Amino acid sequence: MNKRPLSFYFLAAFFGLFVLFLYGPMIAIFMLSLQGPDGTLTFPMRGFSFYWLGQVFQEQRVGSFVEAFQRSLILGIGVLLLSLIVSVMAGLAFRARFRGATFLFYLTISSLIVPSVLVSLGIGIAFQVLGLETNWFSSGLGAHLTWTVPFAFLIVLGVFNRFNPSYEEAARDLGANDTKTFWEVVFPLIAPSLIGVGLLSFTLSYDEFTRTSLVSGQDNTLPLEVFGMTTNVTSPALYALGTLTTLFSFTMIVIAFIGFQMFSKRQQQ
Amino acid sequence: MNSSVSASEAQPTATAKLQQELASQAVGVTLRAVTKKYGSFTAVENISLDIPAGSYTCLLGPSGCGKTTTLRMIAGHEDITSGELLIGDRRVNDLPPTQRNTAMMFQNYALFPHKTVWENVEFGLKMRNLPKAERIQRVDEILEIVGLTKFAQRKPAKLSGGQQQRAALARALVTRPQVLLLDEPLSALDENLRVRTRSELRKLQKQFGMTFIQVTHGQDEAFALSDQIVVMDHGRIDQIGTPEQIFQMPASRFVARFVGDNNIFVGKISDVLQGNQYAILRLDVDGIGSFLCRGQAADLGMTAACCVRSDSMTMTPYPPTDPTLPNQLTARVVAIEFTGYVTRVSLMVEATGAELTYKVRSHDWIANPVQEGQLVTLSWTTENCVFLSH
Repeated sequence: MNKRPLSFYFLAAFFGLFVLFLYGPMIAIFMLSLQGPDGTLTFPMRGFSFYWLGQVFQEQRVGSFVEAFQRSLILGIGVLLLSLIVSVMAGLAFRARFRGATFLFYLTISSLIVPSVLVSLGIGIAFQVLGLETNWFSSGLGAHLTWTVPFAFLIVLGVFNRFNPSYEEAARDLGANDTKTFWEVVFPLIAPSLIGVGLLSFTLSYDEFTRTSLVSGQDNTLPLEVFGMTTNVTSPALYALGTLTTLFSFTMIVIAFIGFQMFSKRQQQ
Repeated sequence: MNSSVSASEAQPTATAKLQQELASQAVGVTLRAVTKKYGSFTAVENISLDIPAGSYTCLLGPSGCGKTTTLRMIAGHEDITSGELLIGDRRVNDLPPTQRNTAMMFQNYALFPHKTVWENVEFGLKMRNLPKAERIQRVDEILEIVGLTKFAQRKPAKLSGGQQQRAALARALVTRPQVLLLDEPLSALDENLRVRTRSELRKLQKQFGMTFIQVTHGQDEAFALSDQIVVMDHGRIDQIGTPEQIFQMPASRFVARFVGDNNIFVGKISDVLQGNQYAILRLDVDGIGSFLCRGQAADLGMTAACCVRSDSMTMTPYPPTDPTLPNQLTARVVAIEFTGYVTRVSLMVEATGAELTYKVRSHDWIANPVQEGQLVTLSWTTENCVFLSH
C-alpha cells in the first residue's frame, strides 16, 4: 500500500498552519462584519445581519468610505493603464540592446528597494520645493507608479523573453510597418500576459499605503481612510468595509481570469 | 457531383495563371564580396555567389557556418556589413524586406497563432492595402493550390505539421514574390513527411519557375532539391556546384567529410602527370600506400589530401593479387553494420590506426560476406580518387 512517510504529516500540518494564518484573520473579520446592529469590535458575535455592510455606504462621522473607494478605484485604473503603457514600451526598448540599458534597468528596479516611506517623503519635499499642491491624482499617482512600474516592467521583460521574434520578422517580411507589426501581431500575442500585469498594477495601487501616506494631499485613498478610521471608528462598519473590499478584489481576480481564458481560447480554437 | 467537377476545373486555370505570373517575373540573386560582422565576430566572410533566375539553390553547411545569416541578408532581416547584394539587377542592400520582392518562409513557419490560416495568408495582401475583393480572390486561389481550402478557418495550432508547412508556403507565395527564401522548411517534419514534402516543394518550384533559395544542414535534402548547392563552412563558401559535382568532385576536405562517407587520406605529392581532362597526382600516404588521384596541377612535395567514397571501393580477401599496384591498401574489418539496403563496414589500417568506411549493397555483401577481424584489401580506380587542394 501507499504508506505516507512521517514527513508528509509534518509538512501537511505546517501547511495547515500557514493557511490558518493566511485566512483565519480574514474569516474572523467576515464574521464580525455580519453582526446585528448592536455588534462591537470583538467576539462574541451579537446577532446576525447585513446592517454594517449597509452602514459602509453611509456618511461616517469622520469621513466617507464611498468617496475614498471611488478615488482608489480611479487611481488604480489610472495606474493600471500607465503602468501597462510604460512597461510595454520599456520592454520593447529593452529588446533592442541599447547603450546604458543595464544601468537603466538597475535604476528602475532600485525603486523597489528604496524604503517606501523615503520615496513618499521625497516626492512630498519635491512638490513643496516646486510649490505644487500634493493630491492623490498627481503626487499620489506618481508615488504609486514608482511602485507598480518596476514590477510591471520586470514581468513584461519576462514576457518578451519568451516571445519568438520570428513572428515580428514574418510580419515585416509580409510588408507590415512597425506600428502594424505591433498592433496586428505583437500586442494580440502578449495581451493575455498583460491582463496579469494590469491586475498586479491595480492591486498594488489599490492597497498601497506607505508611499501614498505623505503625498495624498487633502483627500485620502481607501487604505489611508481605513487606517484613519481604525483610531476613530469603533463600530463593525470597519470590518464590513474589509469584507466588501476583499470581495471587490476577488471579483477583479475573477474578471481578469475570465479575460485571460477568453484571450487564450481565441488563440487556439 | 457538380460542385466537385467545377472545383477541379477551376484549379488548373487558377494555377496556370499564377504559374505564368510567377515564372515571368522570376529573377536571379547576386552576392558580391558580401561580409557580415557582429562586432569583432565575422559571421559571413567575403562571399560571392550567383543564383540564376528560376533555379533551386541550397545553402548547405553545419550550424554556425553562416548559411542562415546569408539567407537573412538576402531577405533584408540582417544588415550587410560590406559588399553588394543584387536581386535581379537592383542593388537592394539598403531596402527593407518588403521592397525586395522576396518572401521568406521561416523555420517553424512563424504562423501567427492568433489568426486563422485564411487571415495568415491574407496578412501580406492586407499590409499592401489591396482591395478586399482581390484579397479574397488571391487567398482562396493560393489555398486551393496548396490544398488547404478546407482548413482556411482553422488556427495554426489545429493543423498538422505538413499543413502548417503548406500554410506558411501559401502565406509566402500569395504576395507573388520574385524570390522565395526558405529557412530549413522541412526540419520540423518527421522523416516520412519530410521526404514527401521535399518532392512537393521541388515540384512547386519547377511548376512556378520561381527562384528558391533554401538553407539546410541535410545533404540528402540539398541533393534531392537543388539545381545548385553552395557548401559553406566558417562563414565562407567551400564549393559551389550541382549535386553531382559536389558528390563526385568535392573541392575540400570539409566538403568531402560533410557530404558524407568519404575516406580521406593525407600525404605528400610525389608525382604530377597530365591526364586527358585533368592532372593525375601521386599522393604518398605514410604507412598506407601510394594513391593516384585526379585533380588540378599542384606542387611536388606539397602536403595534400585525397578522398575516396566508401561506396566506390572494392573489397577483396588479403593478400592483394599484385602488391605493386597503386590505389590499394590493407585493413582489418572492425565492425559490420547492416542498415537495410546498404551494409556499412568499419575497417582499420593496423600500421597507422587510420579508420575507414566501406559501403556495399547488402545484397552483394550477403552473397560474399567477410567476418569481423579478417584482413582485407581495398582498392579503387584513379577515377574515383579525388584530389583535395585544401
